[in-house]
Amino acid sequence: MSRFLFPRWSNALLPFILIVGATAPLYAVLIVAYGFSPKTLDGQYAPIQPVPYSHALHVGKLGLDCRYCHNTVETTSHAAVPPTQTCMNCHTQIHRESPKLAKVRESYETGMPIEWIKVHKLGDYAYFNHSAHVTRGVGCVECHGRVDQMEVVQRAVPLSMGWCLECHRNAEDHVRPPAEVFNLSKPTSDWTKDERLGLIRKYDIHPSENCSTCHR
Amino acid sequence: MTTIPHDHGRGVRGFVDVDNTADVPGKRAQLVVGMDTFGEVTRAVVRSNESKRPPMAWTVMFAISLAMVGALGFAVNYLIFTGVGVWGLNNPVMWAFDITNFVFWVGIGHAGTLISAILFLFRQKWRTGINRFAEAMTIFAVICAGLFPGIHVGRVWLAYWLFPIPNQMEMWPQFRSPLLWDVFAVSTYFTTSLLFWYVGLIPDLATMRDRATNKVKQLAYGLFALGWRGSNRHWHRYERAYLLLAALATPLVLSVHSVVSFDFATSQLPGWHTTIFPPYFVAGAIFSGFAMVVTLAVPARQLFGLKDLITLRHLDNMNKVILVTGCMVGYAYSMEFFIAWYSGALYEKFAFVNRAFGQYWWAYWIMVSCNVITPQLFWSRKVRTSIPLMFILSLFVNVGMWFERFVIIVTSLANDFLPTSWDRFVPTWVDICTMLGAFGLFGVLFLLFCRFLPMIAIAEVKTVMPQADPHWEGYGHGHGAGAHAAAAHSHDGGNQ
Repeated sequence: MSRFLFPRWSNALLPFILIVGATAPLYAVLIVAYGFSPKTLDGQYAPIQPVPYSHALHVGKLGLDCRYCHNTVETTSHAAVPPTQTCMNCHTQIHRESPKLAKVRESYETGMPIEWIKVHKLGDYAYFNHSAHVTRGVGCVECHGRVDQMEVVQRAVPLSMGWCLECHRNAEDHVRPPAEVFNLSKPTSDWTKDERLGLIRKYDIHPSENCSTCHR
Repeated sequence: MTTIPHDHGRGVRGFVDVDNTADVPGKRAQLVVGMDTFGEVTRAVVRSNESKRPPMAWTVMFAISLAMVGALGFAVNYLIFTGVGVWGLNNPVMWAFDITNFVFWVGIGHAGTLISAILFLFRQKWRTGINRFAEAMTIFAVICAGLFPGIHVGRVWLAYWLFPIPNQMEMWPQFRSPLLWDVFAVSTYFTTSLLFWYVGLIPDLATMRDRATNKVKQLAYGLFALGWRGSNRHWHRYERAYLLLAALATPLVLSVHSVVSFDFATSQLPGWHTTIFPPYFVAGAIFSGFAMVVTLAVPARQLFGLKDLITLRHLDNMNKVILVTGCMVGYAYSMEFFIAWYSGALYEKFAFVNRAFGQYWWAYWIMVSCNVITPQLFWSRKVRTSIPLMFILSLFVNVGMWFERFVIIVTSLANDFLPTSWDRFVPTWVDICTMLGAFGLFGVLFLLFCRFLPMIAIAEVKTVMPQADPHWEGYGHGHGAGAHAAAAHSHDGGNQ
């Protein structure tokens, strides 16, 4: 009986098959660990907004306070996106004819809000409360980055659950005196570790890691 | 027996039963009857793979199974796109058909592992006739079992959360939960069973390759035969590997269903929270597994003419295992009741009385009649060696063991501590389609296996024939079982 065998050169494939077989599970793990991360999926998300509003100009150059527009940030869970009327407080006076503001004027006349694109979007199963963080000394810059330098708002942090937990586990690395919360140009590292630990004690901060803290 | 129709003088062999169950003192019982050469064994086994067309019954069964898989696919997709609400689950009964089916199928697999590992280490030579398809059954049963936890998590696209993989959420499974141990137990079980089955298949795959008549078969079997040429070194390494895998698989027979039982036993629900669960589940698993082996072996040996290799003695032995484990299961049922009474705990007592006389009384009594009463008939040698009776009894055991899991899971949940939260579980059509579909999936896999892989470990079976004994003195000597085989032959119509 003639016996069918694979030719001798096929033995050379064996190491490759073994290497592929051994690294495949590792590859799957790496895909989940890094590929599924918002860092990879969303990167520094910076959508083009309907109106080319520049935070760098308004906040960085003109020194507008965050709360002038996002006025509910200290009292509610949601930091409000301003209505067109807020823009028109000034723009009825200055740059009245600017073509960049055409949509703002149109919105003002028709009463239909501008459809801003949300940049910092959490899952609808995650409940984040702005006031709880802002009044206890978590600076805007911790999560939103140097918005005062951004022509177009982009994501500065991954906003992954692991990233949230990193802060909840090491809150003392991320707090500042509440009076300095809206100061975007001052990094948290300007305060010493002891000063920050003092703030944790003073404001009685106990960030929870329970599921139900954010997933209610 | 009456005249047997001849087909080239030899073809009819394997289609008649030879009673080899009697034990003659001083003589080893025959495990292969009516075969004088190794070549005959090979030809008898590969006949089912090499025949031009499968038997009509195979085709019919395959079509039915395929239709059931279609129903499964539909039901599972409907579930995925709609949500687990399409099942009949409700607030107290959050586990029902899904986990019942999971435990049922995992249990089925245990016979394969017991046969392949424990009986191998104990040198029970009769295992060689049945180990190949019992192991195949294990693998297919675990595939069916694995389906259920995968789909009952609700959002199936997140089923990878079952495994501890580093992720952006820094979220890990709960290592203190038996549900996670279950993931490890079942995946280890599957991997080990698959490896064991595959290693055992290698020499036979080489046989298939060498007998193949076309290039596709040669390539396919040749690829998986890993260049097996049957050299001394090959055999030496093969037997070492097989022994090691048997040793690795042995603890799994006990551990897997123990861990499955922890899913229930570590919770505090009356009816689940019992220390007897691990041994009780293991005995039940082996009980149901052997019943399934009999359910599959009886038609397979009939259809493919393997009665000389899966003999009455094999079936008799398996029926004895069913009897023993059936007694253990019956003991566990009565002990549960005793402990419920002896504990003095109100809820514990209620849980068991409710099982027998509550809203699911019929399920309980189906379970008891199928699992406790029917196996007792196997005390009779006549029943143990009667093909129709053992087939029917094995079906009863399969049904009974499915109901056992249903009774444990659903009755305990439906009526728990607070009467205000009591409810009733009624399966929906999706529940029923998924359950039947799993049987279809199992059927498709098993029928494909019967058609394309040798159903019996050809190389291993040869080693239990007297001819394989180095002291065998040839056909003329009338020494030991060889002569007995010849005698049995002439008795069966002289197709020698």
